[in-house]
Amino acid sequence: MSYLSHADLGGRPNLGRVLPEPEGELFHADWEPRALAVTLAMGASGSWNIDASRAARETLPDYAHLSYYQIWIAALEKLLAERQLVQRDELVAGHALHPSKPVARVLKAADVATALAKGSPTERAIAAPARFQVGDRVRTRSERVDHHTRLPGYAHGRQGVIESVQGAHVFADSHAQGLGEKPQWLYRVVFSGTELWGADAAPGTSLALDAWESYLEPLPE
Amino acid sequence: MSHEHHDHQHSELGEMDLRVRALETVLAQKGYIDPAALDVLIDTYQTQIGPRNGARVVAHAWADPAFRDWLRRDATAAIASLGYSGRQGEHMVVLENTPQRHHMVVCTLCSCYPWPVLGLPPTWYKSAPYRSRAVKDPRGVLADFGVTLPEGTEIRVVDSTAEMRYLVLPMRPAGSDGFSEEQLVDLVTRDSMIGTGLPLEPSR
Repeated sequence: MSYLSHADLGGRPNLGRVLPEPEGELFHADWEPRALAVTLAMGASGSWNIDASRAARETLPDYAHLSYYQIWIAALEKLLAERQLVQRDELVAGHALHPSKPVARVLKAADVATALAKGSPTERAIAAPARFQVGDRVRTRSERVDHHTRLPGYAHGRQGVIESVQGAHVFADSHAQGLGEKPQWLYRVVFSGTELWGADAAPGTSLALDAWESYLEPLPE
Repeated sequence: MSHEHHDHQHSELGEMDLRVRALETVLAQKGYIDPAALDVLIDTYQTQIGPRNGARVVAHAWADPAFRDWLRRDATAAIASLGYSGRQGEHMVVLENTPQRHHMVVCTLCSCYPWPVLGLPPTWYKSAPYRSRAVKDPRGVLADFGVTLPEGTEIRVVDSTAEMRYLVLPMRPAGSDGFSEEQLVDLVTRDSMIGTGLPLEPSR
């Protein structure tokens, strides 16, 4: 296995208390809103997709030691360098040293509202019928995969029930690797607390997550 | 927060400030970004898109059973009818709290959050403590928020692992019967729409 995500945190022990904060508190330094904006603007350039950017973030070796927007900036620099849009020496110099490469789009100020309102829907029409129906019992795959995926580690090899068929959606695993959208049916699957955590489960808890069809195998009635 | 930690943060902030500025400059010089677009993006999420949008969705659902029913059937369309749609809210699902079941939303893998209705996620939502504990110890997380639920209430944690975005519809607080929709909006907190809090009780 060469792909290692540092972002799969569900169920990890001893990461501390949650610190609530008031509604209006969005940023904690002046550079943070700039980091947000520059990331969104480059995302709109069409140079990579959101799954590729999640993969770039979760594989940063120092992920656990960086703040949220530090992760965004480090991943943005990595994506730019990988595509030779911006080279490391330019970041050190603080100005452009090499010719630009073409990008698909440049988000103009006048188009921001339209672009945000449009978003990037991921639902697609596909010919294949859904393999599972509401109420079907399923088991999630137990093996690890060597690429970006959206099945959390705590939910590997667990039995659950289909609660909702969510339509067919762009498959994050393929999309992140630049292998195309490869849309698949997406399901909301419900698990009991004890199925996920055994004797450690908090009483009276259950969990739902969204799983693409290839994450699931059928179980007998 | 200790002094040491505070100072450490300060030097890092200076470094990050320079780093982001350098990046912005290079991207603008190369023609990949329009610097004016950055200001519009920041203004949008600082002043226009935030949890008051979601509060209007919730208050409308409390006031209008037909709208609540529409939310159950097609939350994306129902929410869009109030003017909230788009980036990070392309596919909306509303989770309706009942006396039997309380919902809590998390994204253990990153920070997926319904931006058109709640704006940008709070720091705690993106933090390792919340992402690690919400799935295994939701009652403990609620305790960090000062919330205790009746013992018989099931807690359903929803992990946002794909592009479906979840908004919790909290229960309408007792004592709000005569309230106008505008008054109801003021009872809806951001945390009550994530499931880490409850709506405010009407003041007497």
